[in-house]
Amino acid sequence: MDQLSHLMAGFAGALTLVNLMWVLIGALLGTAVGVLPGLGSSMAVALLLPVTFSLDPTAAFIMFAGVYFGGMFGDSTAGILLNTPGASSAIATTFEGHKMAKSGQAARALATAAMGAFIGGLIATTLVVFFAPSLVKLATAFGPAEYFALAVFAFVAISSVVSESIIKGLGALSIGLVLALIGVDGISGSVRFTGGLPQLFDGLSIVVITVGLLALGEVIHVASRIHRDPSALRIPASGRIRLSGADFRKALPAWLRGTAFGVPFGVIPAGGAEIPTFLAYGTEKRLAAKRKDPEFGTTGSINGVAAPEAAGNATAGMAMGALLALGLPVSATAALMIAAFQQYGMQPGPLLFERSGDMVWTLLASLFVGLVMLLIINMQFAGLWAKLLLVPRHYLYAGITVLSMLGVYAVSSSVIDLWFLLAIGILGFIMRRYQFPVAPVLIAVILGPLAETSLRRALTVSEGDLGYLVSSPTTIIMYLLLIAAVALTMVKHAASRRKLRSEAMVLQDS
Amino acid sequence: MSKLNFKNVAFLVASVLIATLALVTSAASGGENTVRAKLVIMAPASPGGGWDGFAREAQQAIKSDGISNNVQVVNVPGAGGTIGLSQFAQMTGRSDMLMVTGGVMIGAIELADSGTSLEDVTPIARLADDYAVIVVPGDSELETLADFVEAWKKDPGGTSIAGGSLGGIDHLLMGMAAREVGIDPQLVNYIPYSGGGEAITSVLSGTTSAAVSGYNELSDQIETGSLRALAISSEERLPGVDVPTFKEAGVDAAMANWRGYVAAPGITAEQKAELQQIVAEFHATEQWKDAVARNNWTDSYMVGDELDAFIDAEIATTTDLVEGLGL
Repeated sequence: MDQLSHLMAGFAGALTLVNLMWVLIGALLGTAVGVLPGLGSSMAVALLLPVTFSLDPTAAFIMFAGVYFGGMFGDSTAGILLNTPGASSAIATTFEGHKMAKSGQAARALATAAMGAFIGGLIATTLVVFFAPSLVKLATAFGPAEYFALAVFAFVAISSVVSESIIKGLGALSIGLVLALIGVDGISGSVRFTGGLPQLFDGLSIVVITVGLLALGEVIHVASRIHRDPSALRIPASGRIRLSGADFRKALPAWLRGTAFGVPFGVIPAGGAEIPTFLAYGTEKRLAAKRKDPEFGTTGSINGVAAPEAAGNATAGMAMGALLALGLPVSATAALMIAAFQQYGMQPGPLLFERSGDMVWTLLASLFVGLVMLLIINMQFAGLWAKLLLVPRHYLYAGITVLSMLGVYAVSSSVIDLWFLLAIGILGFIMRRYQFPVAPVLIAVILGPLAETSLRRALTVSEGDLGYLVSSPTTIIMYLLLIAAVALTMVKHAASRRKLRSEAMVLQDS
Repeated sequence: MSKLNFKNVAFLVASVLIATLALVTSAASGGENTVRAKLVIMAPASPGGGWDGFAREAQQAIKSDGISNNVQVVNVPGAGGTIGLSQFAQMTGRSDMLMVTGGVMIGAIELADSGTSLEDVTPIARLADDYAVIVVPGDSELETLADFVEAWKKDPGGTSIAGGSLGGIDHLLMGMAAREVGIDPQLVNYIPYSGGGEAITSVLSGTTSAAVSGYNELSDQIETGSLRALAISSEERLPGVDVPTFKEAGVDAAMANWRGYVAAPGITAEQKAELQQIVAEFHATEQWKDAVARNNWTDSYMVGDELDAFIDAEIATTTDLVEGLGL
């Protein structure tokens, strides 16, 4: 229990009144940038970095901890309320969360998300405290063949989102894959689908695609219908704010399932927080279908909010561990924090715990403090945020449009991004108009490039030998699981169809 | 009650909007003031990238000594810095701006073929370099660069090498090394990753035979023995770094990942001299010296004709290597 006593010493250093003020500032700032699409916590840390030169290390760390997790707490807020996820890791939360908000449960959804983010972050940070040094092995077990298997697995696992109409689902998936292809191909250097625009060389930003499809598409859709059936657009007043005991019992397994998805991904570089959130969402959707939960996909299920949010924050917590123990910056924010650590003479990496143990434990303690602070803030604000929906609709949707444009412009201060946003928004509107699901587009945009690059890397390394793709135990296990899952679904599908048909026959007979 | 709540909501929304607006404007605004009153540094990379850090270290140094009253960093990310460059090349006569540039941008210009090059802007100074190192896993049987070259010559395709993005210094260095040891650079099996961290993982997991990345990113792993450094791309041995150079190991390849500043096109000679003066001043501050030491950079301060000649030579070498690599 060496770790425990170190951690207590860390808390002793971190818990002073002044430090609590810093963590509050960090948490508020992190939440603010998290809420706005396009401004990520990396931006906040980049701007804070110079400020912290004049702070003592503990104060700086504790503020960074607030910003780091604050972004993760905040990104789902706008997603739930306005359908504009603040970051790609909140996309999966938005699907069910916004449905809840629309059916008058915004405060409940926000509270569930905050609690999920807290639980995911807490468990992940605890794991980091006790197991950071052994994380190294997990990270190096993943080569391109494993990544490809993972991407295929994720595609199939979340294919349930396309289940309503397979043709439309696949159509949406293809749109996403095409959007993801835009830009300079990282492996060969060839330029694809950019129309000669240098601004497209790095591809369409995920922020542009998400905000355009989800927020702007929705705004145009609402605008087109506002005089036809105003009643359908009315958002009922928000109900209870506090989570009831029953809510807790229902969401707890989902929070834990989400965390279980999120934890391993924090250590895998390049994985990012999107895949575990989608996997968590897919699992909840499947479970809901099995339980015949009528809320899921209609009025919004709290499980569908709880799991992805916990997964996202668990990934963020573990990513911090990976950063400290391996010196691997898994995200842009983490890369910036390395710079912050270096100014205090800390070099993240395998030697960190030996060289500057004191500071590391203070930092880890700060993470816990930041999480608790954020939980308190977000629980208090949930009811207040939810009142935002009481703003008359024409103002609200105008506000969403401004927020979207501002967020997208903030990404790289370029006007052309706004045109792309508008184009994607119109695409989103058309998809809504003809009842195409939007989720598969986003999934394809995120998973498509991962699948493509890892497949091509694997084949380059092996000089075209396809056997390389199934050459490690990890890949074989993943493919076997996949085959088993697909077989199971098909058997069940056939069974339910048979049942439906026999029921239909009975109906006809009677 | 509900009125009060509306006020609260309005306050909350307003404060969030103000905070974000402040962030946005501080990131995007510029002006026509004199450079001593206000200086804008463009980092043609996203926050968190190497060039962003380079710009922010300079910002700190300039602030610390009051060289300019107000220094801002603007990020224009994209395509190896060429998006930023093409924007910057349009800002004819903007005398209050500097843009970060470096070796990576030259490679990116060659690849992007966008029509804008470093010849369209005004070089100010080269400031700091770091070097790439080639590593193998700590338990590899390849003990020296000679061992690696032998294995590489035997099977260029099977000896895969991980590194940073295409056309960057890591890639060019391997092209140069290949040419020197008599391997057709087109045969180099180079696997680009988006960062040093990913390249390290790929060599540690045994996916690739070797990895090339900045020495600073790998130094800890080298020290603990999980990675073995075979050679470093500097001309001479670096103080405090126990790694032989490529040249020592018998491969005539050397390359620096240099960073520096350029100014907008069309500025007058006085304006150029003023910007050079500012760079010279912050280069001399304690804060900057500290930044150089902290980031393990090598001070490579260079201005004037020497710099122009250096950039010309870099462009020629890079063009040649990019062609050789078949990009």
